[in-house]
Amino acid sequence: MTCQFCKQKDATVHLTQIVENEVKKVDLCEACAKEKGVNDPAGFSLADLLLGLGASQQIEEAGEAKGGGLRCANCGYTQADFKKSGRLGCSDCYDVFADGLDPLLKPMHKGIRHKGKVPGPLRRATDLNQQLLSLEKDLQGAISREDFERAAQLRDQLKVVRASAKT
Amino acid sequence: MNILEFLISPAEASRRTGPNDRIVFSSRVRLARNLKSHPFPGHAKKADRIKAYEILFPAIRSLPQMGPEPFAESLEKLTPLDKQILVERHLVSREHAAKGAGSGLILNREETLSVMINEEDHLRMQSLRPGLQLRQAWLSIDAVDSDLETRLDISFSEKYGYLTACPTNLGTGIRVSAMLHLPGLVLGEQINQIIQAVNKLGLAVRGLYGEGTEALGNIFQVSNQMTLGEAENEIVERINKVLLQLVEHEENARQSLLEKKPKVLFNHIGRAYGVLANAHTVSSKETMNLLSLLRLGVDIGMFAQTPKALVDELFLISQPAHLQLNHPDREKLAAEDRDIFRADLLRGRMKSVPTPQEPPARSSETAV
Repeated sequence: MTCQFCKQKDATVHLTQIVENEVKKVDLCEACAKEKGVNDPAGFSLADLLLGLGASQQIEEAGEAKGGGLRCANCGYTQADFKKSGRLGCSDCYDVFADGLDPLLKPMHKGIRHKGKVPGPLRRATDLNQQLLSLEKDLQGAISREDFERAAQLRDQLKVVRASAKT
Repeated sequence: MNILEFLISPAEASRRTGPNDRIVFSSRVRLARNLKSHPFPGHAKKADRIKAYEILFPAIRSLPQMGPEPFAESLEKLTPLDKQILVERHLVSREHAAKGAGSGLILNREETLSVMINEEDHLRMQSLRPGLQLRQAWLSIDAVDSDLETRLDISFSEKYGYLTACPTNLGTGIRVSAMLHLPGLVLGEQINQIIQAVNKLGLAVRGLYGEGTEALGNIFQVSNQMTLGEAENEIVERINKVLLQLVEHEENARQSLLEKKPKVLFNHIGRAYGVLANAHTVSSKETMNLLSLLRLGVDIGMFAQTPKALVDELFLISQPAHLQLNHPDREKLAAEDRDIFRADLLRGRMKSVPTPQEPPARSSETAV
């Protein structure tokens, strides 16, 4: 069995951990294990490690579905680069590689939608967009529950928010 | 500008105090930010890196929060010794210290704000404070960030928040951390249990110099791992709560050692004193562990009149780069020579520390 990281040396370190209720296994050679901090139980989390491997798999699958060979037009970053480094090339890459991102982010973070600070210049627009999204979701819910009174209220609120989003 | 002249002396730096600093050495909040559409530093060609640098450097240097005379320099102007000193002061990351042209550092006079240019992200901005002061650290770096975003085009997506080179930093781009001294939990053999519990809360526990480093001197770094899907305030408050609990556990562990195994405790501390005051060669690793015990001894009152600041200063000046700086030739010392020089330095400084006494029978009966 060869190491999943360098794909050269024999894997002698075998790890099993439960991440997000799934059993994950990683096989590494000694050098890679040391580099990734595997022998330091205090600082080690398999989730961190899987990130590199999982990331590339997700992206690869998404790429293949699209006919393979995704490449960022802005910075020239490719799927292969992403696979190798587990990092992205520029801010535009987040659009280019968007398809594989959510499943990759899910086990890594608390959610897959940003909560918290928004840059000042964008703050107002974002607030409105968030409001719109949440109103639309509530509206769909009200309609499926056949709660038409509530739906009518939500529709009116949506109108107001949409109008102010345009100004 | 010379960084060695700019930096506060180790003695002065060690005298800074903060809440809960018996156990919490320092608090830090770091934000990762990037310019829109410029390639991230790890992928950028040298020309692109320099282009980003030339946008970022003047914008940060002129921030009012950095004060009238910050230290601002390209990393190619710093010597390897300069960089290592900065790492030992926790003012730049080890990764950043390896960089050269196209990367830079801007540091305020008080050394509470440091901005790394072209580290893994275009900007890594940190606020560092003594003791447990996470909220204050967050507020001060938040102010820097808010000011900066009016001057720069920062990449932000409504869905993913602040976009970063590594998806692990996505969203808030925040890393909230504190450095803790936990000898009581280590001696009481509770530390593994505690680390596991903290890990379960989604927080990482690491050694002194962050990722992949050993917990030398019973010093541990606790930090958040998740950055997306939780607001900055929530992260800060959550870690703050955990840290307050850790402080309490550590105090309880110390109290319980004093009550149940006083001789074991005094023996450890007494022997640490003996070696520090008398050794003629001592490794960095051993020194850290001995100083940890000395600090514990000071905390529980075994060294009358010895200030905690002295021990903290010894922690700092026995690090390799600080040692080299103190050496008359400032030459890079071979490991064996360094161990001898370290022991000489420690023996000299330990002359001002009285021999350890059993602490006065204290109010242990009334303690919780």
